[in-house]
Amino acid sequence: MSEKKGFWASLAEQPSTDEFIKGLWKDNPVFVQVLGMCPVLAVTNTAENALAMGLATAFVLLMSNVLVSSLRNFIPKQVRIASYILIIATFVTMTDYAIAAISVELHKSLGAFISLIVVNCLILSRAEAFASKNTIGKSILDALGMGIGFTFALLCLGAVRELLGNGSIFNVALFPDTFQEWIVMILPAGGFFTLAIWLLLFNYMKERRSAA
Amino acid sequence: MKDETLWYIFLNASLINNFVLAYFLGICPFLGVSGKMETATKMGGAVTFVMIISSMCAFGIHALLVAINAPFLQLISYIVVIASTVQLVEMFIKKMSPALFRALGIFLPLITTNCAILGVALFQTNKGYGFLESFVYALGAGAGFTLALVLIAGLREQLEFAEVPKVVKGTALTLLIAGILSLTFMGFAGLGTQ
Repeated sequence: MSEKKGFWASLAEQPSTDEFIKGLWKDNPVFVQVLGMCPVLAVTNTAENALAMGLATAFVLLMSNVLVSSLRNFIPKQVRIASYILIIATFVTMTDYAIAAISVELHKSLGAFISLIVVNCLILSRAEAFASKNTIGKSILDALGMGIGFTFALLCLGAVRELLGNGSIFNVALFPDTFQEWIVMILPAGGFFTLAIWLLLFNYMKERRSAA
Repeated sequence: MKDETLWYIFLNASLINNFVLAYFLGICPFLGVSGKMETATKMGGAVTFVMIISSMCAFGIHALLVAINAPFLQLISYIVVIASTVQLVEMFIKKMSPALFRALGIFLPLITTNCAILGVALFQTNKGYGFLESFVYALGAGAGFTLALVLIAGLREQLEFAEVPKVVKGTALTLLIAGILSLTFMGFAGLGTQ
């Protein structure tokens, strides 16, 4: 651990790309760790919502990881979880107001789920498990990897649900008018089914690889 | 919203817009502790309790924040209240029933990050519920959460003995059941409207 090194020395430490890559695939927050399920299921009824949610979460994750990592030697052990949550809540409030300023429509369709980023287990778990023990550089890479992995997973779900439930992706119709929409995919049940099928796919691929 | 009767608020929170199956709030404990019936019911009880307390506090805090014109502090103060309530419940359970404390394990402190609880506080603020309405809303949400948890736990206990392909086992299977349950709960959609 770099407890005794100065702030700048710890910044200069060369972080490896592993921290970044692992969030994308091997430890994908949604498909492998199954963390932060609420937004994954709730706002992925269109690809647009999924992308916005993914980016918002990634931003909060990045900012809170940076702050937690830079304060890691000052926060007492006993109150660390409470401090992390306060840090996260601050950034979520900022994001909430920023989204409301950028697009009122988007803010309305995401609704309370932006505020609910606070209780996304993914962010707290990265703060506790990674940022509180590692240098800022590493934490940034970790947050970027996890954030992009999370956004990717949300998009996977959002695209499938919008395509089947609405016949479009990002509001661009892909099927002719005769396409019969699968209403169920837009409904809550569709979220459960789509995620279940993605998980099945991942399990199947893991199985294949370990068998080979 | 004076046109909603208390009974309708309860029905709405517990069945029609069930927090787990329609709003997807509180999925983490839902997937985590729904393996056994007994832990599921107790978890449901603990969550309901925290929900009611924090919902009452949220009502007071909201009124206060509106009075001092600082709505941007809403989220931060809500989460602090929830975290302290969870701490209280944790100490209480540890003292009263160490066995239950062990059974719930890591999921007890994680109630803090249970979206359903913050969800109740935020939704009631958005809907502009009064004190009594908030109470009934939190009660309904808690009941709905417990119901969903118990239903899944029952199904999962049965599925222990079923033969399923290896890749389906675990989270994927639970999600599939949850999907089917969610479809069934949609049947409640017309309930309570005249």
